[in-house]
Amino acid sequence: MNQAFALQCPIPISDYPTITLAHGGGGKLSQMLIERMFVPAFANPELEILHDGAVLSLSVAVEMGEGRGSRLALSTDSYVISPRFFPGGDIGALAVHGTVNDLAMCGARPLYLAAGFVLEEGLPMDELWRIVQSMAAAAQAAGVRIVTGDTKVVERGKGDGIFINTAGVGVIPPGVQIAPKRAQPGDLVLINGPVANHGIAIMSVREGLTFETAVESDSAPLNGLVEMILAAGGEAVHVLRDPTRGGVASSLNEIAASARVGIRLDEARIPVLEEVAGACAILGFDPLYVANEGKCLAIVAPEAAEAVLAAMRSHPLGRDAAVIGQVVAEHPRKVYLRSRIGGLRVVDMLSGEQLPRIC
Amino acid sequence: MRFVDEYRREADARKFLTAIERLVTREWTIMEICGGQTHTLIKSGIDRMLPPQITLVHGPGCPVCVTPLELVDRAIAIARRPEVIFTSFGDMLRVPGSAGQAFETASTSGAWRGAQDLLSVKAQGGDVRMVYSPLDAVKLAQKHPDRQVVFFAVGFETTAPGNAMAVWQARQMGLTNFSILCSHVLVPPAMHAILGAPDNRVQAFLAAGHVCTVMGYWQYEPIAAQYRVPIVVTGFEPLDLLQGLYMAIKALEEGRYGVENQYIRAVTRAGNRAAQQLVAEVFEVCDRPWRGIGVIPASGYRLRAEYAAFDAERRFGVGDVTAQESPLCIAGQILQGLKKPHECRAFGRECTPEHPLGAPMVSSEGACAAYFNYGRT
Repeated sequence: MNQAFALQCPIPISDYPTITLAHGGGGKLSQMLIERMFVPAFANPELEILHDGAVLSLSVAVEMGEGRGSRLALSTDSYVISPRFFPGGDIGALAVHGTVNDLAMCGARPLYLAAGFVLEEGLPMDELWRIVQSMAAAAQAAGVRIVTGDTKVVERGKGDGIFINTAGVGVIPPGVQIAPKRAQPGDLVLINGPVANHGIAIMSVREGLTFETAVESDSAPLNGLVEMILAAGGEAVHVLRDPTRGGVASSLNEIAASARVGIRLDEARIPVLEEVAGACAILGFDPLYVANEGKCLAIVAPEAAEAVLAAMRSHPLGRDAAVIGQVVAEHPRKVYLRSRIGGLRVVDMLSGEQLPRIC
Repeated sequence: MRFVDEYRREADARKFLTAIERLVTREWTIMEICGGQTHTLIKSGIDRMLPPQITLVHGPGCPVCVTPLELVDRAIAIARRPEVIFTSFGDMLRVPGSAGQAFETASTSGAWRGAQDLLSVKAQGGDVRMVYSPLDAVKLAQKHPDRQVVFFAVGFETTAPGNAMAVWQARQMGLTNFSILCSHVLVPPAMHAILGAPDNRVQAFLAAGHVCTVMGYWQYEPIAAQYRVPIVVTGFEPLDLLQGLYMAIKALEEGRYGVENQYIRAVTRAGNRAAQQLVAEVFEVCDRPWRGIGVIPASGYRLRAEYAAFDAERRFGVGDVTAQESPLCIAGQILQGLKKPHECRAFGRECTPEHPLGAPMVSSEGACAAYFNYGRT
């Protein structure tokens, strides 16, 4: 974390150790929260105007598109994760990474975020401060600015500590055409590293499971990695997707359905950390269905796959990148997997939640 | 991963498959008892890699699948009570009770299907919690002396020691707010029922490795002798199953019967005596209804009279709750190996993992869910 953020909580804890309804009331306490906590933490000229909305320059879009051909991408997501702090991240960093990644998967360079907070009366002020600091650090690392926001407080029992909504705007450079329906037979399926870390990290904290090695969430901003992928592959990069809830299996099923193609995976090539594989085996989970927050599936024309793989591997978030499968003309809309022992099976969409089995 | 990767090597799998191909001279029907084994067979694709003469039928060893529907109704009735914290392993939570069953035909298709399961009781405000061990439920009872904590104790001999330990501990602690809703079942009586049926097709068994880890395999020796069938105690990894199948087919081809142990890294003939003693201390053998099959004599456990205070059915007076199965569901025939899931008329139509008519479509270990999820349609 950046040193500048590691200051003490700026709201006098002795006066307000927890969030009260008045912090969302629009009066002095609301103002104090904004001026002493949010604005200094997220510090940027757009936010410091403290207007009802942020006024953004279009110069980046204009420069990127040399005057024409660039497009805006807009995305929003709400974060309600429990627990709020988990190995490898927290709800604040996740709220930044999630929306940054959604924009990046459109082929966009994320620029600005808006943040809406729904706080529950009684949330410790210190926790909010830690979450805000974490958001600020995550935004800085991802190269985005949090330029506007909103805070509401709900009565005790009407929320779960804190919910965060982030919305983001990014610019797609001319020539970049990323869409699930562009997957075509022959394309290769790449991923930037081991799957299922986030889901297993959350599960182990939530359920009090302890393993010999603590599994950390992979929560990370993928926009830097995506820029390298696009630089290496250009228009040969057909689809990008971050396999969050529902995991790799659900994302690939959506892509197969959208593009009316089949996808063939090779189980032996799908990277899974040993401790994650162990946890999945104990719980009866299939890592292909477990959530990720720092993974990127790239579907790339075969002639560019080697260059894209090399580019991914040169990025810190892609050191363990691998080709895990191929798009095929057979079995349209279906994902098949070649098992480790050479058998073949369908990988379907997840039905409901994965539930741990009895024995 | 150690102890896993070794059992998933393709080169070794090929060797077993080649050896099996060389062995087979005629058609054989083999049943794997345990739902975990069914899952591995289908998930790793072994069912499609075997020579065509080998037919695998899937046994009744899925605890979720054989738990009677009325037990699910009783669980729901208890879980709705405001003083109760109802605890269960994860995959029992999604089994619909009879109120949520879709008794529908093609003409009423699209009618309301209320998924009345334990998860929906939770959504409606019931305190239903997923636990990983019955001992966690005992801890909850200690922590909440003002609440009644109930654990849904289902399963085969594998889960019986843990459930026995929970009840035993609760009595040691003097807890008066802990009880179990018990529906334990036993493998050997089910094998008798299958082998003794006039339309039986099964010629050899892969016995469930985890059950045998607890109970040993001496109990299977009289079964093998009485019905002259080979029984191979088998593990759960792909290579375990291939080796178990190889051993079973070799015995069939050579005309041998008896019990063999493939799963030597976990199973001994005598089993885990400490676990068996604890089970015998807390439970006694009783007749049990099996979902889709009916009552099998001496096929389950119930709490001994000394532990009756921990019986949730008695405590909450739900013993008279009964239920009606969907007439479309052929779970009983599936669980006895008489039919394959895709031979059911409702499979993939009225009955899917989202709207299961019967338990084999709910549990991840159920044969119907395995066929559906891994594309055996």
